[in-house]
Amino acid sequence: MNSDEAKIPGLWHGLRSIVRRDLLLAWKRPGDMLNPLFFFAMVSALFPLAVGPSAEQLAISGPGVLWVAALLAALLSLNSLFLNDYEDGSLDQIILSPQPLPLLALGKSVSHWLVSGLPLVIVSPLVAMTFRMPVETVGVLMVTLVFGTISLSLLGSIGAALTVGLNRGNALLSLLILPLAMPVLIFGARTVSLAAADDAVAAGIYFLAAYCMLAITFAPFAAAAALKISNE
Amino acid sequence: MAELLSGTDLSLLRGERCLFEGLNFALSAGELLLVQGPNGSGKTCLLRSIAGLTGLETGYISWQGVPTERDRQSFSAEVVWMAHRVGFKGDLTLIENLRFETGLRSATLGGIDEILARLGISRLTELPLRCLSAGQQRRVALARMLISDARLWLMDEPFTNLDAAGQTLVVDLISEHLAKDGACVMAAHRELEISVPVQRIQLQ
Repeated sequence: MNSDEAKIPGLWHGLRSIVRRDLLLAWKRPGDMLNPLFFFAMVSALFPLAVGPSAEQLAISGPGVLWVAALLAALLSLNSLFLNDYEDGSLDQIILSPQPLPLLALGKSVSHWLVSGLPLVIVSPLVAMTFRMPVETVGVLMVTLVFGTISLSLLGSIGAALTVGLNRGNALLSLLILPLAMPVLIFGARTVSLAAADDAVAAGIYFLAAYCMLAITFAPFAAAAALKISNE
Repeated sequence: MAELLSGTDLSLLRGERCLFEGLNFALSAGELLLVQGPNGSGKTCLLRSIAGLTGLETGYISWQGVPTERDRQSFSAEVVWMAHRVGFKGDLTLIENLRFETGLRSATLGGIDEILARLGISRLTELPLRCLSAGQQRRVALARMLISDARLWLMDEPFTNLDAAGQTLVVDLISEHLAKDGACVMAAHRELEISVPVQRIQLQ
């Protein structure tokens, strides 16, 4: 023990620790991970059954339905992002750590995306088959979903951080996040529609990528500030 | 000896109630600050505001003469916090939980075997933490303090759920920590027999 500079673990080590911990937790409790995924698959699989098998109709509504299902699946899993840590006191320990809180908030978002966003992207081609989506369009769908789900995990972390101390903050969380998530939904669904109509898709993808970058840059700081307020 | 931790003119309101007002203290290395008072008198709130988890109405906390607001990181690096809720994940094992700690703050798992043996929890390393009893979980929280090399221990009712041997162990661990130039702030509602310099704050 010495009085000069204590050896704080490096930033990368801190980020890796929190991602590894959350992935380990998700692995031990697979239900939390599979819930949103099932929701996404069910909504998208039931929709064609309800509206009928006509190919033209499915081609028109497919991108929109898939994107709405993806957005709602992401919202479904966001509520628990900080809640467990808040309830068992880990959040106090995380806030008190000398590691910068935005970094740890980013780590939580990264693991949230790996657990809920990435599986959704991976199953999306299967789900898209029920809408008879052509292969090239499926590629565009996956790219937009990658950027979209990353943005949603990050934006959602702000809302989850703000509502963590509230009972039943789920409805409020959705309300807070929806305005921020609208551009993702609009550009995501529209880009897939354009791809289905053989139109140019680059602009939409660029926008989603830019929005995603913006979220990566600012969301961890906003989430960290919100966490400090909520945890008082 | 230079003062390590000090509080100047601290006051905190909770709703309409004033928990404390104009509170001052100065703690040197090797000293224990005992915060006493009945339930609901603001012991935990005082500890949380020293840690920086709760904002103060007025006043500031200084660490080695520097207000903690100004240099949050070097203060946090020297603090380890033990609260009512142990702050571990019930689904993970003891070692997995402690390994996460080494990513958060300056801590090492180097001497972990001796620490666990001393705390009497070395048989429990393979179990998920939620299978442990409340007292055993408190002992794991003590392990968190021992693996870190923080100088300031903040302990909120550390004797809760511990058996007689465990309570003696806590007193011994604090004495050893203070002998190594550490400092400790403890909230407790009962009297404490310990042979180190003790300062007291009595909250109403």
